[in-house]
Amino acid sequence: MLTLRQVRLAWILVLPTLLVVALVAGYPLAQVFYWSFFKADIAFVEPPEFVGLENYLFLFQDPDFRQALWNTLTFTVVSVSLETLLGLAIALIIHSNFRGRGLVRTAILIPWAIPTVVSAKMWQWMLHDVYGVINVLGVKLGLFAHKIAFLARPELLLPSIIAVDVWKTTPFMALLLLAGLQLIPEELYEAASIDGASRWQQFWSITLPLLTPALVVALIFRTLDALRVFDVIFVMSGVNPATRTLAVYNRQTLIDFQDLGYGSAISVAILVLIFVFVVFYMRTLGREALR
Amino acid sequence: MRRFWRFLNRFFFYLLVVFVVVYSVFPFYWAVISSFKPSNALFSPDPSFLPVPFTLEHYENVFLRANFGRNLLNSLLVAGGATLLSLVLGVLAAYALGRLPFPPKNAVLYIVLAMTMFPQIAVLGGLFMLLRQTGLFNTHLGLILTYLLFTLPFTVWVLVGYFKGLPRELEEAAYVDGATPLQTLLKVMLPLTGPGLVTTGLLAFIAAWNEYLFALTFTVGDSVKTVPPAIASFGGATPFEIPWGSIMAASVVVTVPLVVLVLVFQQRIVAGLTAGAVKG
Repeated sequence: MLTLRQVRLAWILVLPTLLVVALVAGYPLAQVFYWSFFKADIAFVEPPEFVGLENYLFLFQDPDFRQALWNTLTFTVVSVSLETLLGLAIALIIHSNFRGRGLVRTAILIPWAIPTVVSAKMWQWMLHDVYGVINVLGVKLGLFAHKIAFLARPELLLPSIIAVDVWKTTPFMALLLLAGLQLIPEELYEAASIDGASRWQQFWSITLPLLTPALVVALIFRTLDALRVFDVIFVMSGVNPATRTLAVYNRQTLIDFQDLGYGSAISVAILVLIFVFVVFYMRTLGREALR
Repeated sequence: MRRFWRFLNRFFFYLLVVFVVVYSVFPFYWAVISSFKPSNALFSPDPSFLPVPFTLEHYENVFLRANFGRNLLNSLLVAGGATLLSLVLGVLAAYALGRLPFPPKNAVLYIVLAMTMFPQIAVLGGLFMLLRQTGLFNTHLGLILTYLLFTLPFTVWVLVGYFKGLPRELEEAAYVDGATPLQTLLKVMLPLTGPGLVTTGLLAFIAAWNEYLFALTFTVGDSVKTVPPAIASFGGATPFEIPWGSIMAASVVVTVPLVVLVLVFQQRIVAGLTAGAVKG
């Protein structure tokens, strides 16, 4: 009796959330799939025309799409690798016992809290070709011979943007890894010390294997985030083809070019790319959480 | 000799610590002091590392720009609205999913989990058309609704965890005393999830406050535009006219509330981040 009422209540409680999900995700998603088979502009100035798979076939011929895909993958691989290494180092530092570790943890939360747009602007100013503090200090300390136009030279643009992203997102990585480190029982290290294992051996045979689950979760989260990167790229270099990622190209096609059909096909391509990772993520994370 | 090595070890360790702190904090510090420097000191070949000479002119400029106050208000309305709505809807759904017998529980949880990783860009075109069709384009409500795409699933996901962690006995005691399930939720369980609500609320607020793509695409003019797209488009027609002082002042204005929140609620934010592993 109570159970039946509870089930009914459960439905009533979940329903608003399901409706919202249907409205802001389900319906727009269906639209994107539908229009990807049409030649149509987003304001419907011209009547839409069914073109079958034409938009998808064009993806394979479009050099701009290929470049955007390449930029996205480069950005993802490089930034996530750097963030992982740096995040691991910072997590290990905070995890070791020393005075002022609370301060360090607070300090690394600052980049995390800063809006991406703001961090992009801050770094644009620091990387300014004439008055930027990085150029001023770099020359003064003799790190580089003369000032560098970081954001004007195409080959330095993506590395600069990656540096900004690494600064902003490493804290997240460090915090996830720190939580993982704190789960490793202290006794293991004590036992290993008694057996005469060096710090280095302890790291490779205790820390790293036991940290793997946290590492995998953190990696997947950051990878998914990096694959859809938009803010930092768009603020720092707009739609510049040298750095334009899939998300930037997608928005440009949909909104600037008003090309609903092809833009939708790009959206589907991004979804497929991310779906592969989401499945992976569900299989590693989801199973545990759903238990 | 051994003491010397230990000292050296310690020394390098603290050097590393100092490096991490400076690396994390310096860019924001630089933005703050830049925002207080008069333009001639800002564009100097030998900038000072302290805000001397000191001026508030950039802050005056920012707030005298008729629209920046408006942008701030919009940010507050949209982020606040999205947070409040996700908390209300999220608590209800999370209680059902975490505590009540609900046959399609796993299916719903899978949808919610998938949604937390959902790429905003993939529904940009669909949402754009939806907002146009419903007359919600360039309205606060429209922006709030689209923000639920990323705030609501995350809220539900984290709160389910909180509800699951509460002891069974409390609920049973309430039922024995004749409380209905809804009363049990509101009077017994909800007060206990206070910390969870604060954490998820904060994280949802920060995510909405910082959002850029939707705010850029679903608003025109300044009547609804939030701060991130406003800051991104600050400035003149050529690179030489970029008002760096004002941009830094505006950046500090939007960031300071976040930094204060982070300092005050540090523990909760870290707990929530690692529990829900929200996007950075």
